Amino acid sequence: MTSANGKRQIPRIGVYVCHCGSNIAGTVDVEEVAKWAKERLGEQGVVVAKEYKFMCSSLGQELIAEDIRKERLDRVVVAACSPHLHEKTFRGAAARAGLNPYLCEMTSIREQVSWVHTDKILATEKAKALISGTVARVREHSPLESITVPINETTLVVGGGIAGIQAALEIANTGHPVYLVEREPSIGGHMAQFDKTFPTLDCAACILTPRMSEAGSHPGIHLLTWSEVEQVEGYVGNFTVSVRKKARYVNTELCTGCGICWQKCPKNVLDDKFEVGLGYRKAIYTPFEQAVPRFPVIDRETCTYFEKGTCKACEKFCPTGAIALEQQDELVSFQVGNIVLATGYDLFDARRVPQYGYGRLPNVFTSLEFERMCNAAGPTNGDIVLRDGKTVPKTVGIIHCVGSRDRNYNNYCSAICCMQSLKFAHLVKERTGAEVYNFYIDLRTTAKDYDEFYQRVLEEGTLFVRGRVAEIIDGAQLPGGDERMVIQVEDTLAGCQRHIPVDMVVLSAALEPRADAGEVAKQFGISCSSNGWFTERHPKLDPVATMTEGIFIAGCATGPRDIPNTVAQGSATAARVVSYIAQAELALEPIRASVAEATCSGCRICNGLCPFNAIVFHEDRMVTEIMTALCQGCGTCVAACPAGAITCTGFSNDQVIAQIEGMMAVAFQPEPV
Amino acid sequence: MSENGKPKFAMYWAASCGGCDIAVLNIHEKILDVDANFEVVFWPVAVDAKYKDVEAMADGEILLTLFNGGMRNEENAHMARLLRRKSQILIAFGSCANEGCIPGLANLSPVEEIFETAYATVSTENAAGIRPQPETQVAEGVLSIPAFSPVLRTLNQVVDVDYYIPGCPPESHQIAAVIDVVLAVLAGKAQLPPKGSMLGVGQSTVCDECTRVRNVRKITGFRRIQDLECIDPQVCLLEQGVLCTGPATASGCTALCPKAGAPCAGCYGPAQGVLDFGARMMSAVASVIDSNDAEEIDRILDGLVDPAGSFYRFNLAHSVLRTGRASWNGN
Repeated sequence: MTSANGKRQIPRIGVYVCHCGSNIAGTVDVEEVAKWAKERLGEQGVVVAKEYKFMCSSLGQELIAEDIRKERLDRVVVAACSPHLHEKTFRGAAARAGLNPYLCEMTSIREQVSWVHTDKILATEKAKALISGTVARVREHSPLESITVPINETTLVVGGGIAGIQAALEIANTGHPVYLVEREPSIGGHMAQFDKTFPTLDCAACILTPRMSEAGSHPGIHLLTWSEVEQVEGYVGNFTVSVRKKARYVNTELCTGCGICWQKCPKNVLDDKFEVGLGYRKAIYTPFEQAVPRFPVIDRETCTYFEKGTCKACEKFCPTGAIALEQQDELVSFQVGNIVLATGYDLFDARRVPQYGYGRLPNVFTSLEFERMCNAAGPTNGDIVLRDGKTVPKTVGIIHCVGSRDRNYNNYCSAICCMQSLKFAHLVKERTGAEVYNFYIDLRTTAKDYDEFYQRVLEEGTLFVRGRVAEIIDGAQLPGGDERMVIQVEDTLAGCQRHIPVDMVVLSAALEPRADAGEVAKQFGISCSSNGWFTERHPKLDPVATMTEGIFIAGCATGPRDIPNTVAQGSATAARVVSYIAQAELALEPIRASVAEATCSGCRICNGLCPFNAIVFHEDRMVTEIMTALCQGCGTCVAACPAGAITCTGFSNDQVIAQIEGMMAVAFQPEPV
Repeated sequence: MSENGKPKFAMYWAASCGGCDIAVLNIHEKILDVDANFEVVFWPVAVDAKYKDVEAMADGEILLTLFNGGMRNEENAHMARLLRRKSQILIAFGSCANEGCIPGLANLSPVEEIFETAYATVSTENAAGIRPQPETQVAEGVLSIPAFSPVLRTLNQVVDVDYYIPGCPPESHQIAAVIDVVLAVLAGKAQLPPKGSMLGVGQSTVCDECTRVRNVRKITGFRRIQDLECIDPQVCLLEQGVLCTGPATASGCTALCPKAGAPCAGCYGPAQGVLDFGARMMSAVASVIDSNDAEEIDRILDGLVDPAGSFYRFNLAHSVLRTGRASWNGN
């Protein structure tokens, strides 16, 4: 720190050592550390050093604030837990006492010391070294001012599944406009494909479609289906979004959704999306009867007109002249303040488990195929039948955890498969009276009324075999000469191998991140976990926010979850967004990177690195610039800049080197092991 | 001041190749300005003066000393201390004195290994296996030669340095510019820059002076320039997979090498704000490797045949590492 005349002043630093009950004090001699800091770091400017049972308590905070006022402290070091937990607390306390909050710095002697060491003497020495480093660092700090940005009241919701619909409705109901973008022709998502929902067994469509039509007709919701986000620029409060409205070849101004076009369309197409290959649609279609919006789309790939240049049956029969075969993709661009990503999941491809025979054995079905089969509006009108379309199975095997909890595929639990499989068992019993086997590893029925449902299915007579199915064998010779499909499994409760003949197998396939989740994350400047799910800002305390301000996440895009949980997350994002809108402007952390223009040679090493798309290159001046409001202070570009032209406030070379030297200054001799 | 009223000038070479001295002579007619304004009291390559002449001078008698070369042995260090005492302004001149340069790469090897290479390889005729001894007993008494130091040190690792002029060697136009500044200071028309400044060097990096076109970086493989069948004359060399250290190297040389189709090797030293040249450049290169696959990344990195010699060619002795092995016994 320097005064106006350029002379270095001696700072007045206060050091505060927290006991954290016995969390720290149990392993670190906190009294000794505080005493040592006062005596040995005096030359560094430490004028006060105190320890206290709970620094984060209001009394602890008041202790610091009072010292700032009485002792005229101009720097504060708090040795306690991780800055993740209480940096805001202590910086707030400093600010209330009139000190710039960024002159208060924390050092973690709990996560980095007491929780990871057992030797009290060594742990105490390490705590001293960390404090010495932080004292040296805080001397190099300068006051920083937070940046405020205005918040545009419009919100973009990406994904029109139940999470996106919920978020859009809740935000729009507060009077703030919403753009809801969905890449399929209709909103509804996976939930629209389901038959019944567990554990109450109410029909998915009955509870979903009212929400869909509410979203479709809401004056505050601008629905963009058959559309994809192409580009996102800007930062919290001020995003500019470009959306590609794919050509529908239907003029939505004129179309009434009467359905004549798809009745007249001569081209039958296997529907591998909504009907997962079990049914057919036309080349002009809406995915399902209750689609929102009701306008169809023409599938260019299969439409005879686009293939051969003739047909135009739809055009001929359309009573309102709404068919527009010359329509082009359209790019629309608009401003939003916040973005909710509710992009959902993909179903695990069961072909990846060859021993279960999906795709090879006709009567092995996936969970989604089974959902469609049970659905009264589905390809079999709700009849549970074999692939031949008529035979009712007498024995059905349902296999849990296909592609989940399996180190060959996904380590995680897909959360919904247990309940979904129980629901399937119930539906099979109810509709066919067949014998049902459920093959499970563990049964996880943790939410409200879930275990009651399990008891009910048990009482209905479903048989449960604990064990991971080894193989499904087709054409096995049974005693008596019959050829049957046989499930081979080790029953780990009975401790024996079982071979169970079945007519039908249903695979409860895992929920996986969308195939393009990584690209979407990059586009919106957020990150994915190692499994590929969007990463939340904090898994417990901030589960729907991301590390990028203004981008929120909900539903299965964040990890496998059931419908109640998904809906709750949709509402949660709405609450977060509306709270930002209500604040009208937002204060952002001033920890940001910036480029010294004179030193930047325009080498462009940093240009492609920013996970938040904050870096722009000015071709005319051959220099790189970092958009301050977009920068999240992650430091990637700082480390990459070969010219040392990029610095990050709060992490300057001087600060980091001072911290290292401060730590090294404490002669720390670990005892030989 | 000398008898003719001119301030005194000295130049010295420690462990160096002599290129720095030639670079000073290479300033053409400007050398006459040096002669007109200074009395050259000590400059082994150009004038006949002995160590004892320097020793006889009063402390601070020399106004300006350009010191090139690293401290490889005790004599080098002795001369550094002597000239520091006798000079008002001591300038570390050229890469060796600044950051160790090529001789500094010997810091990757312990002394025994260096001696082995110098005195025992096939090309050396040394049947008796003689090695340099600091002291040798002969009939007339004890002969001594300067002891070989465990590592090569830079000038400022031995004495206090006032200014730095980087380059291997410094470019003549930069030397001429520095001389102009010194003359202007002598004439009372200019102020000396703050102590510790880098002189004769630009604010940015070599890329700033390089005319090659550059795009957003993606490196998919490294190639040595001699392994390339053709080099695109317009496009950045680093983009073509040639390890050019221009992005981390201080500007000032007018990007001679990359403009001529050879990668920058980093002789002008780190840009301002760079603490460790090699670490910076490695971190930069690692940031733009275009793969997320560990094996692929390994394969790409294997294309760098000599990482220490590529990233630390000029600056190992002055890097945070200082040496390649723990042969450092304090400074």
